[in-house]
Amino acid sequence: MGKSKILLACDEANHVCDKAQYKEATLWEKIRLNVHLIYCRACRKYTKNNLKLTKLMKSPEVKTIDQRDKQAMKERLMQELSNHQ
Amino acid sequence: MPTNTIDPTTWVDKYSDYLFNYTIVRVDDKEIAQDLVQETFLAGLKSMKNFKGEASERTWLISILKRKIIDYYRKINSKKGKAEVRLNYNSDSDSEGDWLEERVADPFDANAEGEIENKELGTAIHNCIGKLPEKQATIFKMKTIQGFDTETICDEFSITASNLWVIIHRARTALAACLEKSWF
Repeated sequence: MGKSKILLACDEANHVCDKAQYKEATLWEKIRLNVHLIYCRACRKYTKNNLKLTKLMKSPEVKTIDQRDKQAMKERLMQELSNHQ
Repeated sequence: MPTNTIDPTTWVDKYSDYLFNYTIVRVDDKEIAQDLVQETFLAGLKSMKNFKGEASERTWLISILKRKIIDYYRKINSKKGKAEVRLNYNSDSDSEGDWLEERVADPFDANAEGEIENKELGTAIHNCIGKLPEKQATIFKMKTIQGFDTETICDEFSITASNLWVIIHRARTALAACLEKSWF
């Protein structure tokens, strides 16, 4: 399959869309994605959901425990476990 | 027949973020929330033999955590509570304090609970992340929540960048489907 200079296949479009969520897509890639979205309904839907997910993930309500604190927790738990048995 | 097994060595990786999000909306303090999660794990360890395998590990840990949160509230409210009882109620020593329990609505009412949990974004998301395969979940969290760059994660797991993007793509698709009902 010859690769078009401007038209993306759907899997490529989704890949660019994923990258764009982390600000890792180049300007040219984003232009090609937007051209693709003009005529592809499925990818429009994916892009819409992807944007929403990114927005949700960025909300301050979503938190994780620091990797270091997790490690400390694990060690504490393992220590207790070895005392236990 | 016990259908669920228990394995404390995986608890921190699998459940700590979920439990942490559950706690933080209820106590509103990062340090305290972390302590409560840690205490929950330790308490779980102690009563491991009581685990019958009827519920999933996570449900069981949540039920311990709920008790811990209630205990925490009791502790910080104990002084205030006593003063109120003496002021407002008769000094009949037998029934002292009874009214408090009667009057306070049960915050963990079973029906309201599910409703609330669905409305808590943090818990909802970690609930959905918990359903992903473990490696996918870890990588997705590192990339999206903790904001590590692609290279760091690739080195850590010794995968290629395109591997990483496939994993991210799968995780995002699964999460969108999982969150679709209540959040999209």
